[in-house]
Amino acid sequence: MPNKSDDILEEYSNKEYEFGFVTDIEMEVAPKGLSEETIHFISAKKGEPQWLLDWRLKAYQSFLKQPEPHWQNFELPKVDFQDISYYAAPKSGAKYKSLDEVDPELIATFEKLGIPLSEQKILAGVAVDAVFDSVSVATTYKETLKEHGIIFCSISEAVKEHSELVQKYLGTVVPHSDNLYAALNAAVFSDGSFVYIPKGVRCPMELSTYFRINTENTGQFERTLIIADEGSYVSYLEGCTAPKRDENQLHAAVVELIAMENAEIKYSTVQNWYPGDKEGNGGIYNFVTKRGVCRGAHAKISWTQVETGSAITWKYPSVILQGDYSTGEFYSVAVTKNKQIADTGTKMFHIGKGTKSRIISKGISAGEGQNSYRGLVQVSAKAENARNFTQCDSLLIGDRCGAHTFPYIESKNSSATIEHEATTSKIGEDQIFYLNQRGIDTEKAVALIVNGYAKEVLNQLPMEFAVEAQKLLSISLEGSVG
Amino acid sequence: MLLDIKNLQASVENKQILKGINLQVNPGEVHAIMGPNGSGKSSLASVLTGRQNYEVTGGEVSFDGRDLLDMSPEDRAREGLFLAFQYPIEIPGVSNINFLRTALNEIRAYHNEPPIEAKEFLKLTREKQKLVEFDAKLTNRSLNEGFSGGEKKRNEIFQLAMLNPKLSILDETDSGLDIDALRIVSNGVNKLRSDKNAFIVITHYQRLLEYIVPDFVHVLYDGKIVKSGTKELALELEEKGYDWIKEPVTTASV
Repeated sequence: MPNKSDDILEEYSNKEYEFGFVTDIEMEVAPKGLSEETIHFISAKKGEPQWLLDWRLKAYQSFLKQPEPHWQNFELPKVDFQDISYYAAPKSGAKYKSLDEVDPELIATFEKLGIPLSEQKILAGVAVDAVFDSVSVATTYKETLKEHGIIFCSISEAVKEHSELVQKYLGTVVPHSDNLYAALNAAVFSDGSFVYIPKGVRCPMELSTYFRINTENTGQFERTLIIADEGSYVSYLEGCTAPKRDENQLHAAVVELIAMENAEIKYSTVQNWYPGDKEGNGGIYNFVTKRGVCRGAHAKISWTQVETGSAITWKYPSVILQGDYSTGEFYSVAVTKNKQIADTGTKMFHIGKGTKSRIISKGISAGEGQNSYRGLVQVSAKAENARNFTQCDSLLIGDRCGAHTFPYIESKNSSATIEHEATTSKIGEDQIFYLNQRGIDTEKAVALIVNGYAKEVLNQLPMEFAVEAQKLLSISLEGSVG
Repeated sequence: MLLDIKNLQASVENKQILKGINLQVNPGEVHAIMGPNGSGKSSLASVLTGRQNYEVTGGEVSFDGRDLLDMSPEDRAREGLFLAFQYPIEIPGVSNINFLRTALNEIRAYHNEPPIEAKEFLKLTREKQKLVEFDAKLTNRSLNEGFSGGEKKRNEIFQLAMLNPKLSILDETDSGLDIDALRIVSNGVNKLRSDKNAFIVITHYQRLLEYIVPDFVHVLYDGKIVKSGTKELALELEEKGYDWIKEPVTTASV
């Protein structure tokens, strides 16, 4: 009998990326290259206030001074920052008053991605902001949200209409000097989403942003800022796709979350950027800085991520637990196949007393994929009775992939309780055969096993997206033994 | 005829393990296969169900009129061949119930039937749980994860009841069972016996055959069936051990 695992791995490697199409639409693209002029150009295009231009220019200065990161567990491909265009927008105009003004081709693109923008067809109870290359093209359910005093719009719009809020919070969690890619983002970010939930308001629907890179040789640098005022609650989801291209494209986003006293932010990501072909050509470099701060007591920030795309994923959604008794959570499933690399994890900074954090990381490696968990749990001297629980599991499919874990623990307070558990397992031929023998084919068997393995994380996703994520996991692992 | 094995030969890693098996099973029959360790009992189960690494080197097997050896393992299962594993596998995070519904629907899809309705599935689950005395709490747990040896074996019989196969092979289902569990498992099997299905019971010991009374008993030795008879043969083996059958190796069939 032929060796099933090999066949399946082969099949799996040949699996096509579903969202690899290109939308043919007239774009206005800035000339390649990065300089102060580029920043002036972007800022002028967007009609920004002086304070923001100044902030961008400061960020550019710190970008120039930043060294390239060197600590990662993979070979960082040289990124030529002068070979990228930093602004691309559909020509018909960057701002749309209503959906009717949006190019039908664009609407069709999002429909194709399964993101209907026309409100009557929208997923029940989910407000969507869609970002196409550099520009937010549509935000739905605005009026409904307005009734609750919730602001959900593109960040460009927020800069114009809620300038004081943006100015007050932008860069307070991820400073423009934070790291090379965060500095780059601050200098050239073109759009992203902005959310403000007023005191005591429980956001009545899921908020969601879909990011799409379309144009060649552009980078996408979106910036998301979410503020949950005292006693409020919001659940936010982002999804992302990009066309298939032979070149690598850079995606360097920044996400900042701010949770005031008793507020809760739940941030979920389903990341499906183009991963490159099976030889490792092309694909997105997903270098993202995500950080949240629990400013007030009893605040809670929870990150959930399902990472299946990108050639290289490099991100550590973190929580600064400043408020007493605040909580930080990180739930992650990261899949790497072919030559994909994921180096991801979280940082939990326990500053306030009685702060709690929980980390559940599930890595799945197939083909020649490399998956690293990198995490930091830091307990400051003042963080009395801080607690952390970390569980970090790796699942291997085939014998050419790799799983690595780099957990760091720094505690300056002896009252802290820190637990760390880790496991590594393989999908066994005997597991597959057992399911085969019950009438389940290998592909479904693998999907069942992987979804079972990732269940703890998938359970954290909003219901509407849990099903989507389950399917995505099955599809991205289709044909692999596990 | 449900199963017709003709001169079946197979090897693992170039080592010949089945050396010409002949066996015929009709609906309604229970066949016991006994034999000393390493005689090829479990290998026969593996070859019939299509386990990887077992290479068929000769002979043929027809199952319900079809060429069994030509089918994938999942198609063999969908055609109604069930193996109660000697060592059932644990699959963390996959609930027993979700697994069973997937299996049942895959089998139904193969026969061009629509997926089972939730209500109907629930009813079936309750009915079969009761029939084979399977603890409802285990139904919602992860598949075999943290189950005791006995619970795993009972889960095999519960799955058997749910999937309602034409031919079930019980591979040393009695091993590691205490007397109460053995009784429960056997009762389950006896309740599931009908004139439409058949069982092949692989065992070391005559003990199981006191509970599940076979129509035929075969002795497997060195990759061949060396003796066949009725249930009395099992008693004889219990008394005399296996040594006496080892000497005159003859081919036998039913």
